[in-house]
Amino acid sequence: MQYLSIYAPVLPEIVVAVGAMALLMFGVFRKATPGGDFAAAWLAIGVLLVAAVLVATGTTGREAVFDGAFIVDGFARFMKILVIGGAVLVIIMSFGNLARQGLLSFEYVVLLLLAVLGMMLMISAGDLIALYLGIELQSLSLYVVAAIKRDEVRSSEAGLKYFVLGALSSGMLLYGASLIYGFTGSVDFGVIAGVAQGQAAAGNIGLTFGLVFLLIGIAFKISAVPFHMWTPDVYQGAPTPVTAFFAAAPKLAAMALLMRVVFTAFPGIAPQWQQIIVFLSIASMLLGAFAAIGQTNIKRLMAYSSIGHIGYALVGVAANNEAGMQAVLIYLAIYLFMTLGAFACILSMRTKDGMLEDIDSLSGLAKTNLSMAFVLAMILFSMAGIPPLAGFFAKFYVFAAAIKAGLYPLAIIGVLASVIAAYYYLRVIKVMFFDDATRSFLPVERGPGFVMTIATLFVLFFVLVPQPLVDAALAAVQSLQTIVPVP
Amino acid sequence: MDISSAPILSIVTFLPLVGAVIIGCLNRDAKGNARWIALWTTMITFLISLLIWINFDNMSGAFQFVEERDWLDIMKYKMGVDGISMLFVILTTFLLPLCVISSWVVIQDRVKEYMIAFLVLETLMIGVFCALDLILFFIFFEGSLIPMFLIIGIWGGPNRVYATFKFFLYTLLGSVLMLLAVLAMYWAANTTDIPTLMTKSQEFFSPEMQWWLWLAFFASFAVKLPMWPVHTWLPDAHVEAPTAGSVILAAILLKLGAYGFLRFSVPMFPLASQEFAPFMFVLSVIAIIYTSLVALAQTDLKKLIAYSSVAHMGFVTMGIFTFTTQGVEGAVFQMVSHGIVSAGLFLGVGVLYDRMHTHEISVFGGLVQRMPIYAALFMVFTMANLGLPGTSGFIGEFLTILAAFKVNTWVAFLATTGVITSAAYGLYVYKRVIFGVLVNPALKTIKDLSYREIAIMAPLVFLTLLFGIYPAPVLDVTAVSVKKLVAAYEAAVGPAAALVVP
Repeated sequence: MQYLSIYAPVLPEIVVAVGAMALLMFGVFRKATPGGDFAAAWLAIGVLLVAAVLVATGTTGREAVFDGAFIVDGFARFMKILVIGGAVLVIIMSFGNLARQGLLSFEYVVLLLLAVLGMMLMISAGDLIALYLGIELQSLSLYVVAAIKRDEVRSSEAGLKYFVLGALSSGMLLYGASLIYGFTGSVDFGVIAGVAQGQAAAGNIGLTFGLVFLLIGIAFKISAVPFHMWTPDVYQGAPTPVTAFFAAAPKLAAMALLMRVVFTAFPGIAPQWQQIIVFLSIASMLLGAFAAIGQTNIKRLMAYSSIGHIGYALVGVAANNEAGMQAVLIYLAIYLFMTLGAFACILSMRTKDGMLEDIDSLSGLAKTNLSMAFVLAMILFSMAGIPPLAGFFAKFYVFAAAIKAGLYPLAIIGVLASVIAAYYYLRVIKVMFFDDATRSFLPVERGPGFVMTIATLFVLFFVLVPQPLVDAALAAVQSLQTIVPVP
Repeated sequence: MDISSAPILSIVTFLPLVGAVIIGCLNRDAKGNARWIALWTTMITFLISLLIWINFDNMSGAFQFVEERDWLDIMKYKMGVDGISMLFVILTTFLLPLCVISSWVVIQDRVKEYMIAFLVLETLMIGVFCALDLILFFIFFEGSLIPMFLIIGIWGGPNRVYATFKFFLYTLLGSVLMLLAVLAMYWAANTTDIPTLMTKSQEFFSPEMQWWLWLAFFASFAVKLPMWPVHTWLPDAHVEAPTAGSVILAAILLKLGAYGFLRFSVPMFPLASQEFAPFMFVLSVIAIIYTSLVALAQTDLKKLIAYSSVAHMGFVTMGIFTFTTQGVEGAVFQMVSHGIVSAGLFLGVGVLYDRMHTHEISVFGGLVQRMPIYAALFMVFTMANLGLPGTSGFIGEFLTILAAFKVNTWVAFLATTGVITSAAYGLYVYKRVIFGVLVNPALKTIKDLSYREIAIMAPLVFLTLLFGIYPAPVLDVTAVSVKKLVAAYEAAVGPAAALVVP
């Protein structure tokens, strides 16, 4: 049994994988209400919580297994906790909604588990092959989940659109990976980092090409402009619980992947990728701000909002310093809570006639359900980056990093975009607080209520104890910087 | 516990928040309780804040009652007041009970939320004046947007949505640029401690960097103050805001901009301040003359007062950028005086609005026949607003013009014409509203002030007259801090540069 212990760092992934398969068997051999399989959902939550505990308590320090293809370090642990935590909260808040739509089947739950597994692999990827495998496992699960409501046109359309564009991006990513392999002679990030440095590598057109295609592939996954086209349609078309999941966990995993690639595989040719990231960041911030103004559907609004948020997080990546990486992690953690809180509110926009998605249907919410209006308003103010709410600190740290790196134009465009973005967040608050009530929603269910409470407490009280998250992010980032020595 | 060792600034700052939480725990229909809790909270806060004034050492130019706690790696929780900021803390705590009482009857819709918004706003405003850490300052400064946005948007007039969006976005646009400057200062100086930055700014920031930082701070403070030409949000916000909202806006939120110039721009970027002084004079003079003329043409009472506020703030910036003891003292005095007088004016307009539901000047006329007490009290504020000697409005204007005269005669000359125009619009509007023939039939049954309204107006009238005749309480508090500020400025720009241009 001794030789098995070298696989200890992979234990959380093994638990999730085995758990997913066991759940599959469990679902097949057991009779449950079709579309109302609460037991499977609770079991999945259990599996994820066990995995989270293993991530948190398992290895310390940095370990690499499978010849460096799978890396566990502080950075991976930090991101995995966030991803798993996000997935758990999404499942908790979407039970009731899914069951009402007849979608809470064990297949759905198993697919979510597999997607989470893919994300964990992405976060830990130490070479290009592992990177691709992680992305594909995640994406293939999500394509199916997006189309899970198969008798509805919009959901099917969302799944198909996501699949076609996702496959395109995977193709580009693979092409880029093959170019990089061709010019560096290895798929291992450490070896690539050893080759890709100095004047020769910076001027190597093939390597730059490979890098560009690789980044395009990842940009699709984080839905950075101009590779964002699928986002609004998929967000709108997919059932709301699925959208909540899309907005939270996969974005975080893909950002983690991006950070690992650029900081551990290509630190030597930083100026090459920095300008790409700066462009993606500016484009995402501006488009996220302007395009959201005209939206009437709150899910589409959240899609553009998430594009904008990715733009801000990319500011931290573009800064290419320790403060920047730390800022990205802080940003992602705070973004996760805000997004989950916002979607918990969207999931609570239900009347006797069904779910509503129009922003106008929120009108006068402050009169009919003040606590929900307060929660959503605080989350939106936080997303707009108004102090003393948590979202302010997220933006604060990324812009601090950008200023430190001397990226003044990027920082100025960023804050201006945040003012424009504030407009559409305010518009939703205006509808809730200033307009007259036209209808009242059914009472908030326990699941979304739980998530709303957590998100609101986080957003409101982060200002009192910000240090733990900041320290955790710093520790995570410092573990990322160690680069595998070239043998 | 010994009073002197208690964290009095934190107590004063966060006590209103405690009141807000208590109100938040009430049930939905507890309107009366919400009002009483808000009143008691603001009254107790005011009484405690008086302890600050009593224990304040006028002879010291240093920050007093300093509290310091570790908070986050890049910043500390640090509070303290000096002669410049202390008065504004008192002004805030003094006005809030009046705001609560003035909203007692008018606000019947969502009373709980209204009181919570005001209490949260009070916490944030006191925090701004007490903060001794750049980032802490910024958090309080920008945080005040949220409650004000809701106050105007929920309880405001018919065009409230437009006004509140304009207010929010204008202010946000200015302050995000300041945020970038704050971050740049942090990386250059490696601290966000305000006292340290004030004394050592010359070591930290090169003249060129000062120039940029000054501009970024200017963007924020000029909008907040507001200065011409970015003042256009103010008339809209004032007209639409509920009475108490207008009072807070005019009396305290506008002062944040001028306070920012005094606390940051002048002491931290003296070289840039010197360079930009002519620019500031031009903007101040334009503000004084242009907005006074605009005020003359207004048909809406609240708009008129709003424009006159812009003009009065012009005297403040003019005074600050003379960099003389008289000018800066005059500016601070003008800020305090305007805080009291504009509060009185807006409360006076609120009294009319409660009865007639309009601020159109043309609706009124001949009020003196039905409302003699009101006419008398309103006259005190009008006279103070136009700077009549014997009222508090005179001292500030006189000192700033005196200081400007020494530095640049033309600026003083042009600013003085503003005094004349302000007399013109002040007297003209008073005549139209109070005197004349009572023609509007709706006014025939209008009632004079109730005891509650007299109780709100009386303290303001008293202070207006007191500070007009005996300004020492204010000037004594500010004197040492202002001298220190001016001395530090002159040391920074060098004796040669301090020479005046005739």
